[in-house]
Amino acid sequence: MIRFLEFAGRPLVFFIEECGRIMLLLLSTISWMFRPPFRFRVIFKQMEFVGVNSVGVVLITGAFTGMVLALQTYHGFKMFGGESLVGSTLALAMTRELGPVFTALMVTGRVGSAMAAELGTMKVTEQIDALNTMSVNPIQYLVMPRIIAAILMLPVLTIISDFVGIVGGYFVGVNLLKINSGIFIAKIIDIVDLDDIFNGLIKAAFFGLILSLVGCYKGIYTIGGAEGVGRATTQSVVLSSILIFISDYFLTAVMF
Amino acid sequence: MIKLIKISKSFNSQKVLDELDLNIDPEKITVIIGQSGGGKSVLLKHIIGLIRPDSGQIIIDKIDITNLNDKKLNEVRKKFGMLFQDAALFDSMTVGENVAFPLNEHTRLSRKEINKIVNEKLNLVGLENVIHKMPSELSGGMRKRVGLARAIALDPKIVLFDEPTTGLDPIMRESVDELIVATQKRTKATFVIISHDIESTFTIAHKVAMLYQGKIVAVGTPDEIRSSNNSFVKRFIRDLRI
Repeated sequence: MIRFLEFAGRPLVFFIEECGRIMLLLLSTISWMFRPPFRFRVIFKQMEFVGVNSVGVVLITGAFTGMVLALQTYHGFKMFGGESLVGSTLALAMTRELGPVFTALMVTGRVGSAMAAELGTMKVTEQIDALNTMSVNPIQYLVMPRIIAAILMLPVLTIISDFVGIVGGYFVGVNLLKINSGIFIAKIIDIVDLDDIFNGLIKAAFFGLILSLVGCYKGIYTIGGAEGVGRATTQSVVLSSILIFISDYFLTAVMF
Repeated sequence: MIKLIKISKSFNSQKVLDELDLNIDPEKITVIIGQSGGGKSVLLKHIIGLIRPDSGQIIIDKIDITNLNDKKLNEVRKKFGMLFQDAALFDSMTVGENVAFPLNEHTRLSRKEINKIVNEKLNLVGLENVIHKMPSELSGGMRKRVGLARAIALDPKIVLFDEPTTGLDPIMRESVDELIVATQKRTKATFVIISHDIESTFTIAHKVAMLYQGKIVAVGTPDEIRSSNNSFVKRFIRDLRI
């Protein structure tokens, strides 16, 4: 029985240990944030990588999410004559949930995995050791700029996703499904509060923290050559995605 | 200059260094030889504080670095340059940016002055016209040369080498050996090299230390090591030559 419990509990122990190590990395990163030198160029470079280079992906996913949502909600609401609620439902869903979550998932796939792969390769080719020997702290030089960039850029990307999602939904609702344009917009203004948008952006910043922290953690603790880098990359995407969904539930429960 | 006193280190119950003692003379080339997997790299990483010992003391320039915090350790590390086995050049930077990296990080020199030093160091290691190339465009020997240029960019007092000739063809190996000797003569820095290449060792070393089973079992000039009566040393040299 004890052996069974040991066997069954091993993944749980591993998960808790992993979370503990990630928290230690976060604390270390925070402590390095306030110590010079402040490498703004490195942070801006990461902001470009995380933010600017992700705009295309976010535009496409945001627009089609809004479009499909308009299509689905229209058919549902039509059953009881509530088509006028399509715009507001779509806008609430985009700003509160789908904008932040889908943006975070897309950026996890594009950026979180790249962070794990890049830092993992640096680890196995001794480039991180080289930084240490040159008196440059790898957490301050590699991890901190990535985390700051992701926390700052995820809300920006989410605003873009929210906007194009609503525009996409408007296009489908008004032009294809013939919902009245004035009602579509009026209901959005009527029902969606600024708090809905801001809370969505806070979520996005939190997801940015998760995906960058996990990507960096998996990268700098990579072991085992090319195979290890591959493993770290996959694990970072899986773990980040799981943590994004779990934290989304709790953030929603607290915020709304 | 560098003193290792009774250094022990184990990984998962496997003892890699066992109360190891070693004194490294300033402004000389000391080569630490030993079998592959015998703990040479671990020893080198102890000297620069990348790994902390389980017990013992590491003294660098009269400073005990064994339990220094990161900030103080970083200050001591500014005395060091290190050439890694595969050079460990930053993939995302050009050759010039790699060599300039320590200068950008630790000096307030202007871009023009940094460029001048970068060119000087690259010339010193016999490389010209590669400043804008990426590390992936270079051969193994060239990467090591760039790694050496980066290691000596800040004119460190101590330069560590992790197997500098491993993976090179005989001609390139000879050329890297010559470069190490010439650079040491010119910079007057303390060079510590780990190697299992016995031919190279006898060519470049002022002093040879032999690592076996976690301890330094013999220390001396190349001639002293060659003529040693110690049965292990004899067997070791003979086996490695084969």
